[in-house]
Amino acid sequence: MSARAPRETSLLPGLRGKGAGATGYLLAIMLFVMTVTGAAGLALANGSRLVAAASAGDYVVQLPGGADEADALARFVAAQPGVTEATAVPRAEVDALLARWLGPAAREADLPLPALVEVRVEGRATALEAALADRYPGAGLAAQAETLAPLLGALRAVALAGLGLVLAIALAAAAAVVLATRAALAANRATIATLHGMGATDGQVARQFDRRIARDALSGGTLGSLLAILLLFAVSRSGGASLSFLVGGARLIDAGDLALLFLLPPLAASIAYVVARATILRDLHRQP
Amino acid sequence: MIAAFDHVGLRYGTGAEVLHDLDFKLARGGFYYLTGPSGAGKTSLLKLLYLAQKPTRGRITLFDEDILALPRHALPALRRRIGIVYQDFRLVDELSAYDNVALPLRIMGHDEEEIAGPVAEMLDWVGLADRATARPPTLSGGEQQRVAIARAVIGKPELLVADEPTGNVDAEMAGRLLSLFSGLNRLGTTVFVATHDLSLVKQTPGATLLRLDRGTFNDPTGALRHPPRREAS
Ligand SMILES: Nc1ncnc2c1ncn2[C@@H]1O[C@H](COP(=O)(O)OP(=O)(O)O)[C@@H](O)[C@H]1O
Ligand SMILES: [Mg+2]
Repeated sequence: MSARAPRETSLLPGLRGKGAGATGYLLAIMLFVMTVTGAAGLALANGSRLVAAASAGDYVVQLPGGADEADALARFVAAQPGVTEATAVPRAEVDALLARWLGPAAREADLPLPALVEVRVEGRATALEAALADRYPGAGLAAQAETLAPLLGALRAVALAGLGLVLAIALAAAAAVVLATRAALAANRATIATLHGMGATDGQVARQFDRRIARDALSGGTLGSLLAILLLFAVSRSGGASLSFLVGGARLIDAGDLALLFLLPPLAASIAYVVARATILRDLHRQP
Repeated sequence: MIAAFDHVGLRYGTGAEVLHDLDFKLARGGFYYLTGPSGAGKTSLLKLLYLAQKPTRGRITLFDEDILALPRHALPALRRRIGIVYQDFRLVDELSAYDNVALPLRIMGHDEEEIAGPVAEMLDWVGLADRATARPPTLSGGEQQRVAIARAVIGKPELLVADEPTGNVDAEMAGRLLSLFSGLNRLGTTVFVATHDLSLVKQTPGATLLRLDRGTFNDPTGALRHPPRREAS
């Protein structure tokens, strides 16, 4: 006993390759670029987050002219609540730092050297700040994160630009799907008129094309994405340290990000389906 | 009554009117021949009848529906009740003869099991059982015409409209195809055939002959305005 539910039979099983084929190639290229760009954007975003997290508890205490008190200062700072680590920067290093900024003349000028203490703080540094103000009124407390803020801001801006680029490519891909769909419709104009003549609905006609276009988008897009990911892996393996940040090493691309990248092709296929169907129905509506 | 034209006129774009003041009724179950010289407007009239074209004036009632008042989405249901043999066949080149003939049934949503038998039988009837897997471009003109006819009648339409359906076949095949039409007609299908071939008309006793000349009818007997009652049982 067969149920009489109108089953989905393809009306045009032989249509393959007539005008609708461009979608696969277009989407392969688009998804390749999209995946590489997306991976780079994610790596940058993750990188800036890692740097921000790593520097979150890092501070530098600076006491102008207090080079001789550096060790005492370090001991005082280490004794404060919340401080897990406090290291005086060795005099020679401070010397060198100054020399780098002011030139070798700095050494002869016999400038008063500051005391520098690198501090790692658990939680907030307000207690340390208050204690310092009490005991060493001239000392300054600077968070590393503040120093790094401009760099991190720039990294995030580039990552955001990457996201914008991915969206722009997605728009271009959607436009490409519209064009490929129109080409497929134009190539099959006579057949569509014949189907209409036999009483096919617009929905039935659209179904002959939208699935196919979505399927082409999915296979082409998956291919492009896979190639991109393979390329990223190859580069991270063989390309040396300079590029290894992209995939390997410091978990700049983790499993979640990879999953996100693998979601791009089905996402693109779904968008292709919706765009193609809307394009087809709009076009068909203008037919008699 | 299956169709009624009421002062129907048709022009393409801004051209001259190619059909004017067509005023006739088609009885359900009738068999009609439409003749007339080339360019008289036969194909244009058929297009109105199979809903490929809307009239520029007048009124057409088909299956008791005023087709000018119908919304677009209501047309497919009406078109499924009409079988069409196009003058230029309009087979789908990418599909086999079998798939071409199966199209109307698939559009109607029939299961493949329900389709296989009737399609094979129909191909057999038009003498193309051994060409079922052939694609139209590999078929001769006459073979294509037979596929087109098989496709038009497979769904047992209420109205069969055929434009020069025997133009590419020999007399014997023409007679065979005609008997297909007659058989359908006996089952209740209204048949409307445009043709140059008056020998067909002779083989169909009881058919009504219409003559179109420069876009309008010669109707000396008045059979069009007052069709004889031939309602199917
Ligand atoms: N799509 C069309 N656009 C413009 N003129 C047309 C079109 N189809 C037919 N005509 C014109 O309408 C007239 C009738 O044509 P047609 O209906 O094909 O006649 P027939 O089938 O009797 O040979 C002709 O003058 C033809 O040139
Ligand atoms: Mg004609």
